[in-house]
Amino acid sequence: MSLKNLLEQNQDVIIERWLDLILATYPSDGSFFLKKQKNQFANPVGYTISKEIEILYQTLFKDVDTETISTSLDSIIKIRSVQDFSPSKAIGFIFLLKKAINDELGNTVKEEGLYSELHEIESSIDTLILKAFDSYMKSKDLLFRIRADELNRRTKIILSRYSDTD
Amino acid sequence: MPEDQMKPEELFQIDYKPPGKGWMETKPDIRRGKINWAAVPKSVEYLDLPNPRKWSPLDKDWKLPDNWKEIILEGMRERIHKFRTFQVFMDICVRCGACADKCHFFIGSGDPKNMPVLRAELLRAVYRKEFTLAGKLMGKMAGARDLTEDVLKEWFFYFFQCTECRRCSVFCPYGIDTAEITMMGRELLSLVGLEIDWVTTPIANCFRTGNHLGIQPHGFQDSIDFAVDDFKDLTGIKVEAPVNKKGAEILFIVPSADYFADPHYYGLLGYMALFHEIGLDYTYSSYASEGGNFGLFHSNQAMKRLNSKIYMEAERLGVKWIIGGECGHMWRVINQYMDTMNGPADFLEVPKSPITGTVFENTKATKMVHICEFTADLIKNDKLKLDKSRNDQWRVTFHDSCNPARAMGIIEEPRYVINSCCNHFFEMPENCIKEQTFCCGGGAGLGTDENMEMRMRGGLPRANAVKYVHDKYGVNVLTCMCAIDKAVLPALMDYWVPGVQVGAVHELVGNALVMKGEKEDRTDMRGEPFIGKETAKDV
Repeated sequence: MSLKNLLEQNQDVIIERWLDLILATYPSDGSFFLKKQKNQFANPVGYTISKEIEILYQTLFKDVDTETISTSLDSIIKIRSVQDFSPSKAIGFIFLLKKAINDELGNTVKEEGLYSELHEIESSIDTLILKAFDSYMKSKDLLFRIRADELNRRTKIILSRYSDTD
Repeated sequence: MPEDQMKPEELFQIDYKPPGKGWMETKPDIRRGKINWAAVPKSVEYLDLPNPRKWSPLDKDWKLPDNWKEIILEGMRERIHKFRTFQVFMDICVRCGACADKCHFFIGSGDPKNMPVLRAELLRAVYRKEFTLAGKLMGKMAGARDLTEDVLKEWFFYFFQCTECRRCSVFCPYGIDTAEITMMGRELLSLVGLEIDWVTTPIANCFRTGNHLGIQPHGFQDSIDFAVDDFKDLTGIKVEAPVNKKGAEILFIVPSADYFADPHYYGLLGYMALFHEIGLDYTYSSYASEGGNFGLFHSNQAMKRLNSKIYMEAERLGVKWIIGGECGHMWRVINQYMDTMNGPADFLEVPKSPITGTVFENTKATKMVHICEFTADLIKNDKLKLDKSRNDQWRVTFHDSCNPARAMGIIEEPRYVINSCCNHFFEMPENCIKEQTFCCGGGAGLGTDENMEMRMRGGLPRANAVKYVHDKYGVNVLTCMCAIDKAVLPALMDYWVPGVQVGAVHELVGNALVMKGEKEDRTDMRGEPFIGKETAKDV
């Protein structure tokens, strides 16, 4: 069986493992809540991560359009880029997918000699990492623009009066 | 190589897990984006507050007085004796955890010290150590902790990560008001000069000129005159907007942002439309030119002094009663503290609408009526001609501002007003509105730009619910009735839900109100033509 088929067949368990690894990047009391609370409004962080990583995972064995991938990445990275993470840790959650796959399928890969396929899959994950870097910078750029816009809004009415009198 | 930079060999050891230490041993990571800048010495001096100096939370040395510990503990002792609630809140918590996952900062960050119970525990642990026998004898085993400089820094870090929104209190089986714990924490910090500028400078400005921005009386008059001119340009109607008119029936108090900031200003124009149309005898005051009370975010003394000017002006101008505009925390101060701080306001009359004759019995103590109560009563009594289609450009949702919703319980009136003024209104999910409303993430003095990351994560639960109605129903405006909301929600929307604007409840009223004598091509409060009324030059 090809590794892609294995990834598809073991989707639930690998995603679950990946989710656990991602949530473990939060302090333990926090990660417990992020995993346990399933209501999307009471727990937007946990809900978003668990929903979007499913889409990211599926890019490994089926065609997913670029826009969908970007939207999923943006949704998670927008959150992590304003949380307590350094830039590397904010996007590094994608590396954890390699670990999740290795934890769940490592032995099979070894037994079946699927290393060349694994290499391909890991390259796909590396591509996701590069896209994640773009997404992180996009979030930060947006944040700086928002800071500037906010200052403008605070004085917009006053400044418009001065410009009217010019 | 700088201290915090990793060596090449360390870079290869990827470990994403945070250290598994207990909360007492975990030091906060104080850095840009998460903190508010310290108060400038000029403002601290203006208010006669202790320890004015230049310092930054990013510095190692916070330049505390030598006897800082003694000052803090004495301050705690004094407050425990003075405020019964403080001692009860310190003693009564059983750490059931009902509040733990209700704070927007915790939900958005996953940082356990943003759980209200643990944030309060920062104070409680020191309280136990210094003021309880069990804590003195058993120390850490009894949940007690020494007050050290690191602990003090942690207080500063986390008590300025609480917006005093009181969502957690709704879920506390003992009714612990966690906002009051934060208030005590901030009072204690102020005793040794740990102030943030976005709180202290507005208070200093307000002492000096009557509003947080420091706008002087003639500047205030100019602002109102400009608004009158703008209103005439939009509608063709010249309204009266008196300032300091002695003997007027009603004093009208608004947050200062209403007369200079976007989108607040469109709500101010809405008030003007309403008052003109019903012929209300009212006045602004150039001295009580601020409804907001940043004193609430600092200390009971500052809150009392800022609140008093409203009532002093009501007395000086000889009005009968007061209407308050779309402000948030002003209403908490009015409803929960005014009467015992500056009351009774027995020189005023129990508010009675001159248009409908309705007596606002609920405001007997404060003599101050919320503008939405006042407008809802007008609509209920069929005193306004409203054309809902004039808001057809908007698909509306409503954010319950924390203090009006939870501190005064004004839930239905704004909804009634909005539904009377527009055709397309959509509620956010039940666990995000009314008493359970999520904070904007910028209340209690945190609505500044240097802590933008903190605001974005704190505002995530609110934005997430807006995104839901935006995606599902095409909602494009988030209405609210609080000046801080209107200041910080646009940034929150731009980050999480682009395409959603922020507006005032009375902006919708101003749009929908059919006014006698309005010009044929009148526009909405933003100067945009109504749908179906566009002319060739508009399209």
